[in-house]
Amino acid sequence: MDKRGGLPAYAKAAAVRRSFTRRRRAACYVVCVLAALTSTGAQSAFRWGGDAEGGAPFVEADPQRPDRVVGFDVEIAEMLAKALGRSATFVQITFTSLDQSAARGDFDIGLSGVEDTPARRATLAVTVPYYEFREVITVRNGDRDRFRSLADLRGRRVATLGGTIAYELLLAAERDHGITAVSYDDDVHPYSDLANGRVDAVLLDHVLAERGMRRIAGLHTHSGGVAIGHYVGVLSPSNVTLRDQVDGILRAAMSDGRLEAIFRKWKVWNDDQPRLFARVTTGAAVTATAIAGTEPMSALAMTRRYLPSLLMASIVTLALSCLAMAVAVALGSALAIGRVYGSGVVRLLITAYVEVIRGTPILLQLFVIYYGLASFVRLPAFAAALVGLGLNYAAYESEIYRGALEAVSRGQLEAARVLGFSDWQTLRLIRGPQAFRLALAPMTNDFVAMLKDSSLVSVLTVMELTKQTQIFATNLGSWVIPGALCAALYLAMSLPLSHVARRLEAKWKAPTQS
Amino acid sequence: MEGADPVMSALLEVRELGLRRGTREILRGVTFDVPNGAVVALMGLSGSGKTTVLRSVAALEEFDTGAISIGGVTVTPGPHESQSASIRLLRRQVGMVFQFHHLFEHLSARDNVTLAPVHAHGRPRASAMARAQELLDDLGVGGRATALPRELSGGEAQRVAIARALAIDPPLLLLDEPTASLDPARRGDLGATLRRLASAGRALLLTSHDVDFVQDAATTCVILADGKVVEHGDPRTVLNAPAHDATRALLRSSS
Repeated sequence: MDKRGGLPAYAKAAAVRRSFTRRRRAACYVVCVLAALTSTGAQSAFRWGGDAEGGAPFVEADPQRPDRVVGFDVEIAEMLAKALGRSATFVQITFTSLDQSAARGDFDIGLSGVEDTPARRATLAVTVPYYEFREVITVRNGDRDRFRSLADLRGRRVATLGGTIAYELLLAAERDHGITAVSYDDDVHPYSDLANGRVDAVLLDHVLAERGMRRIAGLHTHSGGVAIGHYVGVLSPSNVTLRDQVDGILRAAMSDGRLEAIFRKWKVWNDDQPRLFARVTTGAAVTATAIAGTEPMSALAMTRRYLPSLLMASIVTLALSCLAMAVAVALGSALAIGRVYGSGVVRLLITAYVEVIRGTPILLQLFVIYYGLASFVRLPAFAAALVGLGLNYAAYESEIYRGALEAVSRGQLEAARVLGFSDWQTLRLIRGPQAFRLALAPMTNDFVAMLKDSSLVSVLTVMELTKQTQIFATNLGSWVIPGALCAALYLAMSLPLSHVARRLEAKWKAPTQS
Repeated sequence: MEGADPVMSALLEVRELGLRRGTREILRGVTFDVPNGAVVALMGLSGSGKTTVLRSVAALEEFDTGAISIGGVTVTPGPHESQSASIRLLRRQVGMVFQFHHLFEHLSARDNVTLAPVHAHGRPRASAMARAQELLDDLGVGGRATALPRELSGGEAQRVAIARALAIDPPLLLLDEPTASLDPARRGDLGATLRRLASAGRALLLTSHDVDFVQDAATTCVILADGKVVEHGDPRTVLNAPAHDATRALLRSSS
């Protein structure tokens, strides 16, 4: 059933590509909004949002017909549409944007393994729970007796999908049990990194855990759940009427076995579900999963709670950017010098390097360094991020330095030759210092760009500022405060930098001593 | 200077210098000497090859036939890389002032002068500094020692460039079109400066097409046309009674 578990090469590539699309949220919004605009008035369409990247058994592209989606959430949506007398239309929405899209009214209902949380109940119209899952711990076979609970994992790295209940559980366990929570953007790499030893356990819901186990051998999932959660549908808070209709249809489908049939078909039916159905159909309250220490709180209290982690993430961003820039400047200088002074072969090799780096997306490069090379050299995430950003920026820096070196007049170089300087002395004393001054302004631009591009390394599980902001926003259910705070922190880093650069440029206009 | 003197060898001897670039023959057997104390002016219309001769002497151009020897160091035809030891020795004997000065733009006037003695020739910084200030004072730009090249006038920049070229005390000083960036009043000053430098025992070789300046400053002039020496001798004689069409053309273009 899990079509990604088969693991043909193209499927792996597709998984990676799907992860790229997470970064294309803005583009996604545009497409979705356009789609919404063009189809308004078509009252008969029941537009439901989900993320095909989430994969089976929730929603995935039909391997036979990739323009269609299949999964239990797809069948539930179709069941709802049928009961409403409308036709179901799928709207692709990045998982992490489902809430915001629902609030904006980009679709009628969001269904994609969406977890029932207090934050969602507070900001959206949420349906009755239609599926109960357990948050389970998966470890390597050899550790199955050693690591049985989060408390056993003190000092260890535990992975999960960011922005989920499981991630909140891990944050609580960081405080209570001294584990280290590692957030991923997808549910594939936590398990592969568990297998290759980058993390020691994965906490995710049992549906995803079973999928991970099928894909990767040598793992063991403890059956006892750390917590219970539920999947719900999410609607715009203004759409309570439709929500109530949907609740009615879901209750009826629980009673007459339609839901059970769907879950059985996708092999996710278990004994927890009849108990959930009984409670829902009898109108008993089913509470949203709240984590100790994460009870609903005001935006202000939430901000106060997240501020230290945002500041910490800023330090990661700043440290990573500074170190990566140091790598880029050092390597970029060497490449530029090789390109200006080197033999034909050296110049050709450097040109090839620069063109390959500039001609491919930095995300691909980061993936290759972190995941692609994992079987040869298992770099820690921060080191992989540092190497990836450094190697990438070195190509751009080398072009700047090459241009700057070539901008120093030939006449000065001839004057230096007649005065008896060697090539190396000319570079060190005359050409290099002038080129550096010329390169300073574009270098500063690149450093500011680096601060922002460093957000890309969140795909390697590095918890930097943008990723932390995203988690904050997900839990708060709003981007207003997190977005403003995040922007302020980035500006607080980049503005002084620009200021220092301007001062340096001004200073070097004055006479200097050799 | 009359040709090669077998007894009293001159500081700079250029012998049958020939230079081709592609199919173009730029120099065709140029021969002349520059003894110590002389100011020799290479004259000719644009394209006559005078700057190429100067650049060959500075070892900025490789040549195809003939020889250049300076103070006993001889450079022969072919790649400079294959005679790098000679080139290094030669560079200790030659200072050059470029037409556009080519001062190091990031360094003050004084640092332009001290850079080569300190870094390329291993002189102590303190003595190099003192010598630089002396040279700048001597050339009348001592007050501009801390100015950057872009803050200097054309005449000041030229004097700093002369100081830079003299900082390692080379016996031969080359100047490419030294009057080009000067107004007529300043040309007189330059002429006096060059005569003074020569009277201290240096050999000076310059290019120019300024007849008045050459008559005032040079002890010998060498007229080039199409890469060949067509006339040479005392500038007052040669330029007042030209024996060759090329010299007459030069005089017409100068007046």
